[in-house]
Amino acid sequence: MFLSKDPFNIIIGGVGGQGNVLASQILGEMLVSQGYVITIGETYGASQRGGAVMSHLRISTKDQFSPLIPEGQCDLLVSLEPVEGLRILDTYGNPRVMTLLNTRPIHPIDVISGNATYPEVSIVISKIKELSRRVWTLNATEIALEMGDPIFSNIVMLGALCAIGVLPIDRQGFETIIRDLLPSRLLEENLKAFDKGREKVQES
Amino acid sequence: MSSIAQNAPGKTVLLMGNEAIARGALEAGVKVCAAYPGNPSSEIIGTLAKVAGEMGLHVEWSVNEKVALEVAAAASFAGLRGLCAMKQNGLNVASDFLLNLNLTGIGGGLVLVVADDPSGVSSSNEEDSRIYAKLGDLPLLEPATFQEAKEMTKTAFEISEQLGLPVLIRSVTRVSHARGNVSLDELPKGGPKPRFDLSRPRCAFPALPNHKLLHERFNKAKQMVEELPFNLYRGPEKPELLVVTSGSGYMYSLEAVVNLGLRDKVGILKMGTTWPLPENFLLKNLKKTDRILFIEEVDPFLENNVKETYAQNCIALGLKSFFGKASKDVPEVGELNPEIVTHAIQKLLNISYEPRPADYVQRVHEAASEIVPARTLGFCAGCPHRATYWAVKVALVLDGRGGFVLGDIGCYSLGAGPSGFGQMKTLHAMGSGAGLACGFGQLDRFGLEQPVVAVCGDSTFYHAAMPALVNAYYNGSNFLLLLLDNNATAMTGFQPHPGTGSTATGETAPVVDLKAVCEGFGARVEVVDPFDVSATVETILKLLQDEKGVKVLILKRDCALVSAKKQKSLYKVEVDQDRCLGESCGCNRLCTRIFKCPGLMWDSKTEKARIDEAICTGCGVCAEICPASAIQKEVA
Repeated sequence: MFLSKDPFNIIIGGVGGQGNVLASQILGEMLVSQGYVITIGETYGASQRGGAVMSHLRISTKDQFSPLIPEGQCDLLVSLEPVEGLRILDTYGNPRVMTLLNTRPIHPIDVISGNATYPEVSIVISKIKELSRRVWTLNATEIALEMGDPIFSNIVMLGALCAIGVLPIDRQGFETIIRDLLPSRLLEENLKAFDKGREKVQES
Repeated sequence: MSSIAQNAPGKTVLLMGNEAIARGALEAGVKVCAAYPGNPSSEIIGTLAKVAGEMGLHVEWSVNEKVALEVAAAASFAGLRGLCAMKQNGLNVASDFLLNLNLTGIGGGLVLVVADDPSGVSSSNEEDSRIYAKLGDLPLLEPATFQEAKEMTKTAFEISEQLGLPVLIRSVTRVSHARGNVSLDELPKGGPKPRFDLSRPRCAFPALPNHKLLHERFNKAKQMVEELPFNLYRGPEKPELLVVTSGSGYMYSLEAVVNLGLRDKVGILKMGTTWPLPENFLLKNLKKTDRILFIEEVDPFLENNVKETYAQNCIALGLKSFFGKASKDVPEVGELNPEIVTHAIQKLLNISYEPRPADYVQRVHEAASEIVPARTLGFCAGCPHRATYWAVKVALVLDGRGGFVLGDIGCYSLGAGPSGFGQMKTLHAMGSGAGLACGFGQLDRFGLEQPVVAVCGDSTFYHAAMPALVNAYYNGSNFLLLLLDNNATAMTGFQPHPGTGSTATGETAPVVDLKAVCEGFGARVEVVDPFDVSATVETILKLLQDEKGVKVLILKRDCALVSAKKQKSLYKVEVDQDRCLGESCGCNRLCTRIFKCPGLMWDSKTEKARIDEAICTGCGVCAEICPASAIQKEVA
């Protein structure tokens, strides 16, 4: 598979604590092992959870690029949370963007406290569909909770990302990186999460 | 992970900027590495700590940045190579030593990496640390890419040794906390045997001859930087505009020029050695055009220094127009990004650029502004700090004399915001809450009637609050210090500290007991678990009533993220939907509207509270505050 555009720009976004940093690192490692030139920028710093976070991945066959994707230049959005997807499209979306969305909301404290409202998820999805060329969805958090720990939702999303066939990645590549990156006792659960994501994702 | 200790010359791996710096230090044969954690610098020493055993290094988390620099300098005095890393605020702490170290000079290569945080994303300020290089007549390098971060670190050790001076590397968030391909080189084996040469004492006094020697070394550095490969020009021979840039600005400038289709009109002069400047190289390139734009984060450091060089040579160079922060073509504060650079170039060359169709922009803005709620940063679910601030809030209200909380740097700085109920009223440097409390605690003689409370984290206490506590006892100040002991340097990634019982490299360490230390300093000390809300409120109230001397309340409870790694949650928490009376309760939605832990949800359909099972960590604190006992906890 070759890139439809160079650089091909991916944003993995969500809420602090959902694991966008690890997901971007695994994806980056998978692509570097295939010879691509990768640049990743991450919006993290303080370890506190709860804020809006993003990783910017730039895939190229030849060059390194700025670790921040320029406005309106996202080619593929992987959003670990519904309204965060729309928030990211606001700055980085464009008519050719493709979106992979985890449909499970995480309420901001502004919503919990009653100072803001969280929209119906179906409305968020339909807005994202209007603003993206293609959209795939799944409830990755629910799948992870069924597995016993919401921590796996980022890996479920990576499985889904593999299945939609936009990027030159496969299960074998994921397994190789996971073996290298995480303790071996975590291998089986992570592969299971990856496979669940591959299985459950649907074009919306 | 692509281990930074693999001896695989030629192999390409994905490294974070901080990891690339660490790898560069390994390739340079570093032996001693020390730091106090601080974002965005923390992973430099964190990464080296993981490979310390196999690489035969000494790596430590020192109690503060000054001690860290002293530890690394000692290695250098003994002929070994030393690395020290810190964030921008840390250099203020270490600067007293640094500005004497430049006078004594060093032995083995000594590299000080400072990672700045433009926009202060995880800092109290966005200080530009480069000014210290000018202040101390020290060489300064600024990497722009990951590969360069590694190469520069190696070179920094070389030039440090050749000049007999510490060398500064200034990184920024988008270099340190970004990842990219890095090609590895050989790792060296062995190294010299350390020995402190007693015929070469390292005394800054007498200042004058040492200052003269420093200038001789600095003049040598001026020659040396002309030859380094980190300064380069990319662009046409006669550009319409020359962009002079360093660090993160380089990649943004490249991207902007390509996106605007200006490769044949705009040249980019990338400066890697920004102090001292390579004057000959610079003058040669300034001759290319008469319009010059500066792109750098945060202060106009490069801009002012280039202008200074220009002023000295203006007859030969002729008239030029400079654009940048002084001319307000680039924002004077904050982090840069590709858009800012694009707009600056666009405006100067009067060309249009539309990154995406205007109708799309309108549609997406409408959709986002209609339905996307704000997402304010707050404490994690199950964070002991939320429980602490809740208890403080309740106790200060019950006390009724208008008491207030003085704070400092850590996760608990969020106590100034909604998730800490706006309790924290001052925020400056590490340990400043306790220091300010020393002063406020003296004002009762002038009629101050408000109780004085300071907060301080465990790691911060060892770093900078201990002198304040000694001062308070000695000078008879009256205040309550809340010592938030969460058993980690939590904000920067849970690094161990002298109270945790382990070292940077994971070895067992003696515990410097907080209670014993505070008692030794003459304070009255009590210890509570902040999850026991009523006991915490009671103890704070009791200590506020004691109006003599220094009181310390240690609030002992592991960081929720640390304990999540070690154990299952304490409680299974649920909201009994029959007992929760919702809006009609009269509690005014205490759990969600006021306490607002992200593990709670307000179900807009049933109009009752609910637990978000994907977020709740089972601390059980909300069960204690629910007046209807609708939130129930069961031991998990």
